This record gives sequence, C-alpha cells and structure tokens, in this order.
Amino acid sequence: MKEKNSFEKALIKEHIKLDCGEYLQECQIAFKTFGKLNKKKNNAILICHALTGDQFCTGKNPVTKKNGWWNILVGPGKVIDTNIFFVVCTNVLGGCMGTTGPSSINPKTKKPYGLEFPVITIGDMVNVQNKLIEKLGIDKLFAVVGGSMGGMQALEWASKYSKRINSVIPIATSYRHSAQNIAFHEIGRQAIMADPNWKKGNYYSKKNLPKRGLAVARMIAHITYLSEFALQRKFGRNLQNSKFFSFGFDTDFQIESYLKHQGISFVERFDANSYLYITKAMDYFDLSIKKGGLKKVFSEKQLKYCFFSFSSDWLFPTSETKTILKALKSINAKSSFMEINTDKGHDAFLLDEPEFHLGLKKFITGQIKEIKL
Amino acid sequence: MTKILRKDLIKISNLIKEDEKVLDVGCGDGNLISYLSKNKNVDCRGIEITLSGVGSCLEKGLNVIQGDANFDLEDYPDNSFSTVILSQTIQAMIYPERVIENLIRIGNRAIISFPNFGYWKVRGEFLFSGRMPKNKILPYEWFNTPNIHLCSYKDFYDFCNLKKIKIENFFSLNEEGDVINNYFLINLFTYQVIFCVSKQ
Repeated sequence: MKEKNSFEKALIKEHIKLDCGEYLQECQIAFKTFGKLNKKKNNAILICHALTGDQFCTGKNPVTKKNGWWNILVGPGKVIDTNIFFVVCTNVLGGCMGTTGPSSINPKTKKPYGLEFPVITIGDMVNVQNKLIEKLGIDKLFAVVGGSMGGMQALEWASKYSKRINSVIPIATSYRHSAQNIAFHEIGRQAIMADPNWKKGNYYSKKNLPKRGLAVARMIAHITYLSEFALQRKFGRNLQNSKFFSFGFDTDFQIESYLKHQGISFVERFDANSYLYITKAMDYFDLSIKKGGLKKVFSEKQLKYCFFSFSSDWLFPTSETKTILKALKSINAKSSFMEINTDKGHDAFLLDEPEFHLGLKKFITGQIKEIKL
Repeated sequence: MTKILRKDLIKISNLIKEDEKVLDVGCGDGNLISYLSKNKNVDCRGIEITLSGVGSCLEKGLNVIQGDANFDLEDYPDNSFSTVILSQTIQAMIYPERVIENLIRIGNRAIISFPNFGYWKVRGEFLFSGRMPKNKILPYEWFNTPNIHLCSYKDFYDFCNLKKIKIENFFSLNEEGDVINNYFLINLFTYQVIFCVSKQ
C-alpha cells in the first residue's frame, strides 16, 4: 500500500469543524483529475464515489490494477467525456485511499487515529470536497454526479452549495438512509468488531488485520447491491466444483464462492475502520430532518436536477427518489427523472445499462447547450 | 420551429401567453414545450411516460419527469401552473375523471385535446364495416390500442357540465388540423377537438 503516498493530494491547512462538534486540525484530500479545465473554468464535473469507491473513477486503479469503477461511463469520448470536461474525483473524508481517515496519522499522537478519528458525516465529506474545488479555482461546477453514497453527496452539494453548481445528477440514491439500510450496515459493523483482530480499531501495527470481519461485512452488503432475480439468473442453484453435494461446510454453491471472492478481494484494498466510519456517515444522512424539510433544503430555483433510479434496486428503490421529486415538484424546481428498467439491482448504476447511459448523455448534451459550453 | 409542431400543437401554442408557467402532461419528445420556452419565455415542465420521450426532452434542456399521469399528478400543489396541457392523451388514461380533476386543480386552466369519436367517418366506418374504427390518430387494432377511454365532443361537453367544470372555449379541428369556424353539426364534422377548461 506504499503507492498511496504518491497519490495526488491537497493539504487543507485549516481547522475543519465537523458535524459531530469536533475539529480536524488539518486534512489531506486525495483526488484525481481527468481532462483539462477550460479558460472560463465552467467545464468541471465533480464525481462522488460510493461507499467503497475511490478517486480512480476511470483509467487504471494503481492499487487493484483494474479499470476504474466508472470506466464504462467516464473517459475520452464516453458519456462523461474527458475531452470536453475536467473531471474531479476525490477520495472521501474517512476513506483509505490517501484522504485523511482513521488509518491516517493523528498529528497529536503521531500514531494512526483508529477510533480516535472523529465520527464524520456526508456533510463533512462535502465540506472538504468544496475546499478542494475552491483550491482548484473553480467557482461553479458544471455538474456534481454520484451514485448511491455518491448520490447522497451530490444531494448534499445541492442543499449546501447550490450556488456553486449548475446541475446535480443523483443516481440510485436517497435523501436519507432507511431503517433496512441501517440494519444491513449494522450487521456489517458488528462483523468487523467481532473479529478478534480488530482490537477496538488498534490493529494498524499488528501483523493480523480484521480481514474476516471486513470480508463478512462486504459479503452481506454485496447481496444488497444485487437483486433476487439477478442472483437466480447468474447463479441459480449451480454447484461450484462438483456434481454432488459435499455434505459439509465447504463451498458447494456458486453463489457461496462468488460472495467469498467478493469478500476476500475487498479486504486487500479497504480498511476496516474506514468501513465503520463511512457506513455510519451514510446511516446519519437524512436531509429531511433539516429545518423546513426537503422543500427548504432544495430551494435553489436555478439548479437543475436529473435523477436516475433502477427498477430492481431494493437498497435505494425508486420510491425514495419519488419522495424527493414530490418536494421538488411542490417548489417548481427544475427537475428531471428517469427510472431505468433492469433486473441488476442497485449495482446497475456501475454496469452496462445502455438506457441509463443514453439518458445521462442526453441530459449532459442538453446542459452543454443551455450554458453554451 | 413551428414547422416541426403538429397543427393541433400550433393551435395550443397560440393559446399560451408570454411568461406563462406550463405543465405538459404526456409531453412526448418535448416539441411543444421546447417551442414555448424558446419563443414565449414560458417556464415549462413536463411529464412523459416513455424513456425515449424523456431522453429527447433532456437533450433539449427541458425539465421532464418520467411518470404516469394516472398516478403522478397528485404530487403537484393546487394552482402551481397557469396552464396544464394534455394533448391527445386523455383517451389513453386509466382514470380520465381523476386526471381531469387533477389538471384543473394544478393549473388555473387546462387545455385538453383529443380525437373526436363522434366524427362522421368514425361513425360511418363502424356503421358500414361493423368493426372498430381506425384513422391517422387512432391507428391501432382493438386488441392493442392504448386508447381505452375514447369519447366524442358531446361526451366531453356533458362531462364538464356533470362535473361543474367551466368550459372557457373550445376549438374544433378538421382532418387537416385547421380550425372549423362553422358550429353546424359540430360533433359530426370535428376530427379533433381542443377544450380550454377550468374550475368554476
């Protein structure tokens, strides 16, 4: 993981007040940019990543050696065209890919924070992103785009810094985390904390990391990203290696093998404490409890909204987006919305969904004309 | 620009004044609201059920929500638009009664256009062939038609009286899409009709 030291970073040398009331003395924000900022500085798009994403939305990820998580959508000639746009993607506050988080060194103790890292919120993540955007000299973003937790950040941008963005594109997301979503996150956190290697978060100097717990957390979460239909279609009751049951507890079914693989490959690139902090940030997210409710939160009249949801997504179902739309309709906001028919569940926002990609492309094309980019 | 508008839509666009606030329910690919926002500075919103329609609207920079007029009109507050348009769609609604009530609740007025089932050729076709009539704007077979609530000029007129809906004015169009100014046997000679209605 030494390569993380070489990631592009900005140092924010000021006290950052967090929603929990505590301060960060200073903060590093790791980010990656693609394309070029034009002279008018009006072609910048901020892409916000989901729970386990990072700043490498396209190109090769130096840690996993795989393509970036939104390689299908972002790049030269693609829907978010880096020949036209200056794309900025940051690693979120609390993350483990170079931005300050629980695995970073606490300046006070000169040791990794661990659980001494203050609890963060989606609002805190966005405040730090905003400081980076200021540092890059961008007054107004062409768009803020994100799926899942990235969509939460996009909505937070719309509520906090609406004057600084032209349009917001929240995908497969919600204005709040539901009880069911919190429940799944809590099981994941309990799995991590039950791992004897977790040691109350002080495992950074130890040989053994809480990999088992983190892998289980990932396996649970991964089920919520798919759909029953997609699981059945992909795996059914197919057996992994043999034509017969093992009548034991080794891997019999393909779905077991798949989930184990998801868990094992995840722990190589992700920090268990970061998982605790970021899932908690998602659980705390609820824009409707802010003063005046959603109508007040999204009161900026000039801002354009373009929502996407996926029909088989049961983690962030279409009904969540419709609740936001209801508030936006009541204040006559400039909102658009598409529900994409798919059986791929929540993960659809990361996958090859031609109708979604076409819809997004058309919205972007329309906005390029609108602001005469 | 008007060239790409259907003739009935040109008529509707002439009924909209500058700087109005308009909701187009079933806006299709957004030609009407695109025209209105560019030429009359109208603040437009749209609802469209098909993804391809919503996509075309997005490409034009329009604010359009994918939705179903049968269910998704409830969310709009009373009098939030000066005009709500429903063109060539009422006959495909599951709940036309509820939809029309919503239209005049949301808008200060509603402009509703539909194919007149009382048109003489429609009557003639049914009378002489004994089969469900078809024409340019009703091109489907009985078994695949989305048009499940067809009505005539007279039916709609009666409906407005029954529901105490105020008819501000109406326009009767011939097959070419031109307005007929002769009201003689209007139900027989009208191919499509445009009603402007509001709450009483």
